[in-house]
Amino acid sequence: MTVAVPRSLDEAFAALAAEPDAHLLMGGTDLMVEVNYGHRRPTAVVSLDRVPELRGWERSADGRSVLVRSGLTYTEMEIGELAESFPALAQAARTVGGPQIRNAGTLGGNLGTASPAGDTLPVLAALDATVVLGAAGGAQRELPWDEFIVGVKRTAREPHEIILGARLPVRRGPQEFLKVGTRNAMVIAVASVALVVDLDAATVAVGLGSVGPAPLRAREAERWIAERLAFDPLGISSDGDPETLAEEFGRMVAGASRPIDDHRSSAVYRRHAVSVCARRALLRALSPQVVGT
Amino acid sequence: MVNSGTGLSIVTDPSVVSASGRGVIGESVRRPDGTPKVQGRFAFSSDLWAEGMLWGATVRSPHPSARIRSIDLSGAWQIPGVRAVVTYDDVPGNKMFGLEHADQPVFAHDVVRFHGEPIAAVAADHPDTARRAMEAIVVDYEILTPLVDPEIAIAEGTPPIHPDGNLFRRLVIRRGDMSVSGDVVVEGTYEVGMQDQAPLGTESGLAVPDDDGGIDLWISTQWLHADQAQVAASLALPEAKVRLHLAGVGGAFGAREDCSLQIHICLLALQTGRPVKMVYSREESFFGHVHRHPARMWYRHHATRDGRIVKVEGRFVFDGGAYASTSSAVLANATCFSTGPYKVPAVDLLGLAARTNNLPCGAMRGFGAVQTCFGHEAQMDKLATTLGIDPIELRLLNAMQTGDSCITGQIVTGALPVEEVIRSCAEAPMPVLAEPVDSPMMALPGGAGRTADAAGVKRGVGFALGWKNLMFSEGFDDFSTASCHLLDGVATVKSACAEVGQGFVTLAQQIARTVLGVDDVILAPADTHIGSAGSTSASRQTWMSGGAIELACRTVRQKLLSHVGAAFGVSVDDLDIVDRRIVSRHSAKPVIDLDVADAAPGVAFSAVEEHHHAPTFRLDENGQGNAHVSFAVAAHRAVVDVDVELGLVRVVEITTSMDVGKVLNPLQLLGQVEGGTAQGIGLAVMEEILLTAGKVRNPSFTDYLIPTALDMPPVNVAQLVEVPEPGAPFGAKGAGESPTISSTPAVVAAIRNATGRELPRTPVRPHDIAL
Ligand SMILES: Cc1cc2nc3c(=O)[nH]c(=O)nc-3n(C[C@H](O)[C@H](O)[C@H](O)COP(=O)(O)OP(=O)(O)OC[C@H]3O[C@@H](n4cnc5c(N)ncnc54)[C@H](O)[C@@H]3O)c2cc1C
Repeated sequence: MTVAVPRSLDEAFAALAAEPDAHLLMGGTDLMVEVNYGHRRPTAVVSLDRVPELRGWERSADGRSVLVRSGLTYTEMEIGELAESFPALAQAARTVGGPQIRNAGTLGGNLGTASPAGDTLPVLAALDATVVLGAAGGAQRELPWDEFIVGVKRTAREPHEIILGARLPVRRGPQEFLKVGTRNAMVIAVASVALVVDLDAATVAVGLGSVGPAPLRAREAERWIAERLAFDPLGISSDGDPETLAEEFGRMVAGASRPIDDHRSSAVYRRHAVSVCARRALLRALSPQVVGT
Repeated sequence: MVNSGTGLSIVTDPSVVSASGRGVIGESVRRPDGTPKVQGRFAFSSDLWAEGMLWGATVRSPHPSARIRSIDLSGAWQIPGVRAVVTYDDVPGNKMFGLEHADQPVFAHDVVRFHGEPIAAVAADHPDTARRAMEAIVVDYEILTPLVDPEIAIAEGTPPIHPDGNLFRRLVIRRGDMSVSGDVVVEGTYEVGMQDQAPLGTESGLAVPDDDGGIDLWISTQWLHADQAQVAASLALPEAKVRLHLAGVGGAFGAREDCSLQIHICLLALQTGRPVKMVYSREESFFGHVHRHPARMWYRHHATRDGRIVKVEGRFVFDGGAYASTSSAVLANATCFSTGPYKVPAVDLLGLAARTNNLPCGAMRGFGAVQTCFGHEAQMDKLATTLGIDPIELRLLNAMQTGDSCITGQIVTGALPVEEVIRSCAEAPMPVLAEPVDSPMMALPGGAGRTADAAGVKRGVGFALGWKNLMFSEGFDDFSTASCHLLDGVATVKSACAEVGQGFVTLAQQIARTVLGVDDVILAPADTHIGSAGSTSASRQTWMSGGAIELACRTVRQKLLSHVGAAFGVSVDDLDIVDRRIVSRHSAKPVIDLDVADAAPGVAFSAVEEHHHAPTFRLDENGQGNAHVSFAVAAHRAVVDVDVELGLVRVVEITTSMDVGKVLNPLQLLGQVEGGTAQGIGLAVMEEILLTAGKVRNPSFTDYLIPTALDMPPVNVAQLVEVPEPGAPFGAKGAGESPTISSTPAVVAAIRNATGRELPRTPVRPHDIAL
């Protein structure tokens, strides 16, 4: 097995051109598990974690979006200005694995694996993020998240491409991420719900994880709730009883899920969990003061 | 007598670590392997290495039930670097093995009886080569429908899936007037899922052949001599030619009492004439050892209106899986302890252990008592509710004590402080706990997932009491052997006792220091050069091997004192050892006051002793007899927060009291209490091996969940009740298992209390609460 450790993006593309079958390695928290289980037997590996162009994040000149590079770790997502701009992403990052996994695991790896249970993915879905793919010679293409993830652990990435990062539109307004698992930490999601309110556009977006082959959006519920909320510069409010509204919203969001029975849970429970989490997410967005630390 | 709050003071008060500074009995002597383990420097069995060593791998059946039409090994032999491939036909001696009954083939040959059953083993220059060779072996299976329901397995007319039949054991316990009926009757059926021991170290070992046809095996095990006997029988070698050495054990909890890879690697090493190492992967480990028996238990309790139990009826079905392992002893325990440490004048009980095509089950911490404790404690709560009596009062009203009779007719002659254990745990002040609404999100059910709505979180409290036997039962003489050698104040003690984390490493030294008055004690490596120590199981090693060490040290002490007595012309009866000094008693003349280390320069004293416990007897056809040596009791009180809508649980506090006889090493005892409690919490809310039609669906730590730090509450030790046990070294009872037994039912009782749900099954899954 050969292992290339490029120190720049150009070197990385050169290494990939030299070994077209190479497996890309970022934090290794998915790849090494696959290797340990014998599900993958790489003959060549290109390690990306020393490529400076894949680290960190950057705000666009107009301030309306942020490019989160593929080498950004969960620990980095949890803190600072990025976490303030994308609280749902920070909350999702905090649910991932344990501290060691969060120090090593990256956004690029979560996208690369494209597991139905990838915890950043419903957040990217709710944010209408795009995925930026690069190729040798500076070629780039940018795909909406749902064109990038095409099925269970399947993406539109071509073998010669590297995920450079994800572009996240900046939304003003409350955000929430809730993940149900059968352990209080370090657990694969049985179901997850990301909720993103855009006060300027007067929209609500909901991303669902672990209840379909890929992250799902609950578009009907989103439109329904947006019509029933008042959006003002400080937040959202409802005319009617928020509990009743949220209850119906939860039911509609659950209707958008397509869960299955497997060894982690049942479809019935998953749908129920989505409905409860969507209801709670909306109530938290309606009255952010009740949200705990 | 009673050691209140000891548990908590240990961690906070460093002065308790060693009161005398000598590391004698009663002090928190630290493990020599503690720091290396934390720093990653401890050599586990998986770290073994030998010059020229080969790597072994095991071919396993992907089917739980199949007929093997043919096995084609040619593909493996074509791979360069493959040195040996062995199957059933290559086993020179006994082709069957097993801890109690040799009913399991070393390799499956005609039929496969469980998912993951070994078919062949290979040895190659490189682990990857071994793995590829394994994949190149073609087994032609005729897939059969697996028999997975234990009730069907033992029903009349079901064809046996093994020549020995489908029933491992049927045990009847009948006593008293079985025609009586209570004023009040409560009934219930309870279920316990299959739990895994989940030791962090997987099965691993290194076999090294010698020039003489013999073999040395370094192995992670609980019982060197039982492995030795089985390996020798299968290799057709005299036991003396099969020498076992204990390698670093990364956890056991019952999973290492049966042979896994022992016979396989020895075969490979003998065939190749080279050392062979094998390490199971995490996935393989789930198939490579026995598990806790899943159980289905029906109970009917009869009581008077004022709460006295008059009769218990029960039927307990344990799924033993494909091979016998220790099923029959597990069932005996389960049935003997099925009514709890309560006075029960009449019983009509039937225990059944069945053979199925599920994973083999055998020993796991608590050994049968765990399953029935879940049942009898649920019944006690039900009875309390029906009678309108406080559940603690009901337990106190029926509590056994020394002198009472068990349901097997055995009179308890040793310590049995049931009332003290109940009272101290139940009446312990509740620690100040933050209310859910004042708690950070991370501390609520759902933890890091941020799912909880604090206002919707319900808090519940539950209590449970459990008991179990110490040592082997039913006539088994599980003795232990130890030697002691003393020279110039340095004692070397030896035993084949497997240190699997329980703390024999410090205890053996503490005992020798206490008896001999020396400071320097060397614990020689555990191997089969000395007689058997029995298994590190059944909460027995402190009592049995600790007792053997004590006996050997006492004999040496006597020899030393005789020597000194002869030299000074005093009777040995007038000499004593106090701290490090040999002194004359009372007014004996001449006055002697010598340092033990200087008392007999250059003279060595040695002894080898066997320690046997009081004899026990088989149960008769009514399940009556003095089958057990000793009993230990423990109680847990659990506080849980439940997100009722989502069915997520957070155990927020656990208080426990335990009957320990005497605390020999407070820090290590606390380790057992916390670890055992954690394993019980795991069984209450998450730990289960899932099987569908005999196939394992979650053989990984991704999907077999065990508690993390966020799932494990602080353990508040209310009391370690110290009533010395007659016949036990220093009066100490075993403490390895009792912390596991009552923690599961206490947690589930708390969840019932919070939710009002019946929850007859453990582990409790989110949908059991939410849907
Ligand atoms: C104990 C444990 C707990 C975990 N818990 C969670 C959890 O709670 N939630 C969750 O979502 N995940 C979890 N994971 C999975 C994993 O940590 C995440 O998916 C993580 O984001 C993977 O990132 P990585 O950098 O380690 O990826 P790697 O393992 O390095 O790579 C993953 C895949 O992505 C590809 N890849 C990586 N970078 C690029 C790139 N720049 N361009 C193209 N392809 C790329 C790789 O080739 C590989 O196929 C857990 C894993 C472990 C071991």
